[in-house]
Amino acid sequence: MIGDVFDFEKPIAEVETLIQELKSPQRREEALREGIDLSAKIAELEEELHRVMVRVYKNLSPWEKTQLARHKDRPYSLDYIRLIFDDFFELNGDRLAANDEAIVGGPAILESRPVMVIGQQKGRDIKERQRRNFGSAHAEGFRKALRLARMAERFHMPLITMVDTAGAAADLHAEELGVSEAIAHNLREFSLLKTPIIVTIIGEGGSGGALGLAIGDHVSMLEHSIYSVISPEGCAAILWHDKSRASDAAKSLCLTASNALSIGVIDNILPEPLGGAHRDPVTMAETIKTSLLSSLNKLDSLPSVDILIETRYQRLRRMGEYVERTPSEEDSNDG
Amino acid sequence: MVRSGWFSRKPNGNKSSTDIPAGIVTKCQRCNEILFVRDFERNSKVCTKCGFHHKLSAYERLEITVDEGSFQPLNEHIISRDPLNFIEYPAKLEKAQTNTKLTEAIVTGTAFIDNKPVVIGVSDFGYMGGSMGSVVGERISRAMEYGLAHRLPVILFTASGGARMQEGLLSLMQMAKTSASAGKLRNEGILYVCVLTDPTTGGVYASYACLGDVILAEPGAVVGFAGRRVGNQDTGVNLPDNFQTSEFQAEHGMVDRILQRKEIRPALALLLKLFDGGRHNDR
Repeated sequence: MIGDVFDFEKPIAEVETLIQELKSPQRREEALREGIDLSAKIAELEEELHRVMVRVYKNLSPWEKTQLARHKDRPYSLDYIRLIFDDFFELNGDRLAANDEAIVGGPAILESRPVMVIGQQKGRDIKERQRRNFGSAHAEGFRKALRLARMAERFHMPLITMVDTAGAAADLHAEELGVSEAIAHNLREFSLLKTPIIVTIIGEGGSGGALGLAIGDHVSMLEHSIYSVISPEGCAAILWHDKSRASDAAKSLCLTASNALSIGVIDNILPEPLGGAHRDPVTMAETIKTSLLSSLNKLDSLPSVDILIETRYQRLRRMGEYVERTPSEEDSNDG
Repeated sequence: MVRSGWFSRKPNGNKSSTDIPAGIVTKCQRCNEILFVRDFERNSKVCTKCGFHHKLSAYERLEITVDEGSFQPLNEHIISRDPLNFIEYPAKLEKAQTNTKLTEAIVTGTAFIDNKPVVIGVSDFGYMGGSMGSVVGERISRAMEYGLAHRLPVILFTASGGARMQEGLLSLMQMAKTSASAGKLRNEGILYVCVLTDPTTGGVYASYACLGDVILAEPGAVVGFAGRRVGNQDTGVNLPDNFQTSEFQAEHGMVDRILQRKEIRPALALLLKLFDGGRHNDR
C-alpha cells in the first residue's frame, strides 16, 4: 500500500509489497529469463494476504477503527451518492446567509424512486478540504440540510442522510451564526419531519455535528465507522490531560458500531469489504443501497405519517440507561 | 529600607483577617472584593460591588424563583448507573451526590410562580459540571411530558458544561431526546422558557437550551458551543472579549433578554401572564 500506513496495517503492507515486487516487470523479465514460474508464489502470497487481512480487520481495536473511519481514502458522501443514486442534482445555500460545502445535498433517484439525499462531505485534497472545512459544518450547513429536509417533506420524498464529520465547526464564525441553535433546531425539526428518514453513518459520527443529521427512523452504521459524544483525543485530554492516550479513551467511549448497536442507538451494522470500505467502494455502495431499499420498504408499510412520527419519538425516548428506584428502595436509601 | 516597616508590621498579636470565623466574609470571584456573606447571600450571590453573578445551586435558584413552599419534586427516583463501565464514573457520581446532596445534576418538579402553576427544572453545576447523561435527559423529557399531559408551561434553568462524557453515545442521544420532547411542547402550544446561566455550553446549548420559545440569560454567563480555547486554536483569529458569553449570544440574536438575577422571577411571572398561563387550549 502506498502512502500512510497505520500500525495495524503494517503486516498487510508487508505482504502487499512482496506481491507487488513479484509482479513488477523487472522480476517478471528475470523469471522469464531464468525459466522460473512466479505465479504459484504469487498465489501463495495472495492467500497469505487474505489470511492476514481477515485476522487484522476482524480484530480492530476501537482506536484502530477510529483511524480507519478517518482514512484519507475512505469513500465520502459524494462517492456513495454517485454509486448508489441516479440523477443527483445538487442544491446549494441555506437561503439565509451562505452556502456551506461541508454539507451537500439534493434530490436523486434511488432505484426509480425520487428521494432527497443529504451528506456531510470531507475533502479529498488540501484545497477541497479547506473549501469544505474538513467536513465540519457551520450553522449554514445545518440550515441548508433543514431546508432540503423540509423540501423532502413537501414533495413526499424520503430523506436519506449520510453522516461523516469529526464534529461541527467551533470557530468564531460558527458561534456568530449560531451553530448550536442550528443543530438544536435540526434535532427538533427532524424529530417531527413528516417523511421517512434513513440515516447511515459512513465514517466519523462526531458528536453534535453528526447528530444534527442523524435523527431518523432507521439508523445504520458501516462496520468500521464510529459514533461518539466526544473525540477520543478530546476525551483523553479531559481525563488524563494527555491527547496521546486517545487509544485508551476510544476504548472507554464505546464508540464502535457494535457498541452503538448493543445500547440501542442504531438498528444495524453494514459489513464492509475486507480491509475497509476504501478497498472496494463499489461493493460497499451496493451494501448500503440494499439496506436503504429494505429500510424504505419497512417504513413504507407504516399505516400513517402520525405513526411514523410517534414511532420516531418513542425511538428517541428510549435512549438512555438509568435505574428507577421503587419508593421502598428510596426510603431505605434515604433513611 | 525606611518604609519596609510599613509592610512587614504585624497587626496586634497574631490576629489577621483569616482569624475572622469562616462564613462571615467571602470574596468576589471576579473583582476580588471582600464581601460580607450576609450581604452576598441577601443579594442572591451577585457581587454587591461589580455585579458578577456567581453560580447558584439548584435549590438556591428555586428559592429565589418560585413561590415559597410550592416546589414539588418529580422523578427523583430516577438515578444514574454506569452503563459503559467508564473509568471512575461511580466514584464521581458518589462524590457529586455527597457534595451537592442531590440525586442528579438537575432538579425537576412543579411549582407556582406568582400563583401560576409551572413545570420547572434547574441544573446544578456542582453536580459533575451539570453535565447531561441519561438521567438528566430523562428527567427533562419527563418534565416536558408532564407539561404536555397537564398543560403546564415548562421553565428550565441551564447550568451545564454539556453532554456527560462518562455515558458516551447515550449522553449524545439525550440531546436528541430532549429536543424531540421540546418539539412536542411546541406542537401543542405550550410555552417553554429557557434561562441560560453560567455556564451553558456544548451539547446542552446545542439542544434543549436553544429551543425555548423565550430564551433569557444572566449577564456575563459563559454561553457557547465549544470552549473558547478550542475556537482560538482552530483559527488563530483574535476572538472578541465577550466571545461565548450571554452578551455575545444576545448580540447575535440567540437570546431574547439578558436580565439581572433579581429581575428573572418578575420576568417569568410577566411572561406567564402575557402568554395566558403559557398554554393554549384551543389547539
